[in-house]
Amino acid sequence: MTYVVFGLFGILTLGGGILVVTSRNLVRAAASLVLSFFGIAGLYVLLEAGFMAAAQILIYIGAIAILIIFAVMLTQRVAAGNRVAMNSQWPWALLVSALTFALLVYIINIVWPLGIRAENVPVLAADPTRGLGMALVDWGQYVLPFEVASILLLGAMVGSIFIAREQHDD
Amino acid sequence: MVPLSWYLITSALLFCIGLYGVFARRNAVAVLMSIELMLNAVNLNLVAFWRFQTPTRPVGLAFAVFVLVVAAAEAAVGLALILSIYRQRKHIVVEDLDLLKL
Repeated sequence: MTYVVFGLFGILTLGGGILVVTSRNLVRAAASLVLSFFGIAGLYVLLEAGFMAAAQILIYIGAIAILIIFAVMLTQRVAAGNRVAMNSQWPWALLVSALTFALLVYIINIVWPLGIRAENVPVLAADPTRGLGMALVDWGQYVLPFEVASILLLGAMVGSIFIAREQHDD
Repeated sequence: MVPLSWYLITSALLFCIGLYGVFARRNAVAVLMSIELMLNAVNLNLVAFWRFQTPTRPVGLAFAVFVLVVAAAEAAVGLALILSIYRQRKHIVVEDLDLLKL
């Protein structure tokens, strides 16, 4: 049963990803991106990471995908289909990607075979979301990266407002 | 439960699809979408390793959350840059943006 659900969400993720990089229409590519994000959220649920699944839905689908759709709409003239989607080097890109995938599969299966089977998966901590929240504000663990991340978000917000505003020469 | 290597293979495949998109697409928004796919693949890897290797300590989850934050910041700044370039040049075809070329 778990395998069936894994296969379903895996196909959703990878199929959505393939549609994102191949479809000529950018709106369709953005919709496929939402599909792919949803598949990833399902895989998080299978991994018993409920918080990450919720964050995936809220942040990736709710914020980033919508932001990308806005950008597609605002640059509509280039988004209107029937233009070439790929540049002239796409066979080389395909070759490099395929070689990277082969290398990763080689590493996963031959170099460092982890060999964790269905029988000996370690048990989960009592409440992983609570543990994550405590770790993010714990002085000995991640409180400094947490604060740096908030500064990064503030800087990105100010920077994108500054970059994207209309330029007035007066 | 599904073995760890299945998650790793899925994530590797998604990463390579995103890599292909970054190299091959002409539109800058499509390149950004492919980068989001790659970041998602990395996140899936981190969460899978957390579940199978250190489920009692939230190390992988914390890293995944930070990747999420950086992805959000990257999307906002990247799309602002694309809008700004579109206003100036009326197109966002990546290979024609040769402003830094001598």
